[in-house]
Amino acid sequence: MGSKEQLFKYLLRLGDNALIQGHRLSEWCSRGPILEEDIALSNLALDNIGRAQAFLQYASEVEGNGHTADDLAYRRSERQYLNFLITELPTGNFAYTITKQLFIAQYDVILFEALCKSTDTTIAGIAAKAIKEARYHASHASDWCLRLGMGTALSHDLLQNEINDIWMFTGEMFEMTELDKDLVQFGISPDLTILQNIWLDKVGSVLIKSGIQLPGQGYQQTGSQQGIHTEHLGHILSEMQYLQRAYPDATW
Amino acid sequence: MVSQIQYTKPQVLRMLVDVRDPEIPVLSIEEIGMLRDVVIDENGCEVIITPTYTACPAMAMIEKDIKQTLADQGIDVVKVTTVFAPAWSTDWMSEDTKEKLRAYGIAAPLHSTCDAAKDKSSIVECPQCFSTKTTLISQFGSTACKALYRCEKCLEPFDYFKCH
Ligand SMILES: [Zn+2]
Repeated sequence: MGSKEQLFKYLLRLGDNALIQGHRLSEWCSRGPILEEDIALSNLALDNIGRAQAFLQYASEVEGNGHTADDLAYRRSERQYLNFLITELPTGNFAYTITKQLFIAQYDVILFEALCKSTDTTIAGIAAKAIKEARYHASHASDWCLRLGMGTALSHDLLQNEINDIWMFTGEMFEMTELDKDLVQFGISPDLTILQNIWLDKVGSVLIKSGIQLPGQGYQQTGSQQGIHTEHLGHILSEMQYLQRAYPDATW
Repeated sequence: MVSQIQYTKPQVLRMLVDVRDPEIPVLSIEEIGMLRDVVIDENGCEVIITPTYTACPAMAMIEKDIKQTLADQGIDVVKVTTVFAPAWSTDWMSEDTKEKLRAYGIAAPLHSTCDAAKDKSSIVECPQCFSTKTTLISQFGSTACKALYRCEKCLEPFDYFKCH
């Protein structure tokens, strides 16, 4: 068993990733390119928010000082969030969103597959649930990559551009921090360097099929696991936390 | 206060037949697989449920319905606990349940374990005219658990309960 603080921190990472990703996806609601896609993106958002609720609920139990999942979601400040930078990047155009979805959903599938075997049975239980949804998310993103990549010259170039732009935010997802090194020893979380190779294979094969060039190893931006975020997170939080900050304990 | 227990687990299970999935009112929470267990001890009655999807928006309503249904039968001390493991699966639906879904106009989940997100080779039958000439419109439909299809014969759109 890792320490309580370590487990809490890891659960915040899992919960915050889903929360911020879910919030970004929800921005598509009523703005999707076609009705079916509007519904799909809203469904993806909802799955993520459900996953966030499950992980933050468990985080609040582990923390054990009376905070609820809602307190964790709505009453922390920017530096206390541990979501990867890629999740907070703006919604952008449709190709930009699909690129983020491809990178993140493929990561989630591989991560949850590994977490199903976590020695922490609550994490394993949530992972076994979440993986079924993540597989649908990954296949949704792969399908769209194929359509955009093999579509018109414009859709192909847009997708290639966004892949190149966002690539620098993917390395962070596999960084082995001190926390990861400790939790791996206890069998709570997986070795991310192994996951990275699987991820590169899966993402690479989708991109090749879509006629998209895989970016080479370039500069990788990090910081989220020290609480250092892009300027975008503050804007999300100001919107997401407005109600709870303006009307603390509001319920309906 | 310790209450006098005057009911058994089978009795409670029978009462809970009245609790329905608000999205699919032809199915009880037991038929759909959400009702996992009922535990009766000196503290009262605990009902254990699991969500179909992690973000199933009906959970709060179902919890309220369980409490109300049992309260109407004089069972007050009710705790409703949500568990994630084992993860809910469409495998838990019986053939009878699937038939009820079809009669309600929702194509029933085809497979048992659907590890591959998509069963592209599988044929989803139209619940209206039973034609097998159907097309997937979107993997994400009107609720989290459904995909949207169209029948090429009767031209009606319909929901398909996704494998999970
Ligand atoms: Zn038909």
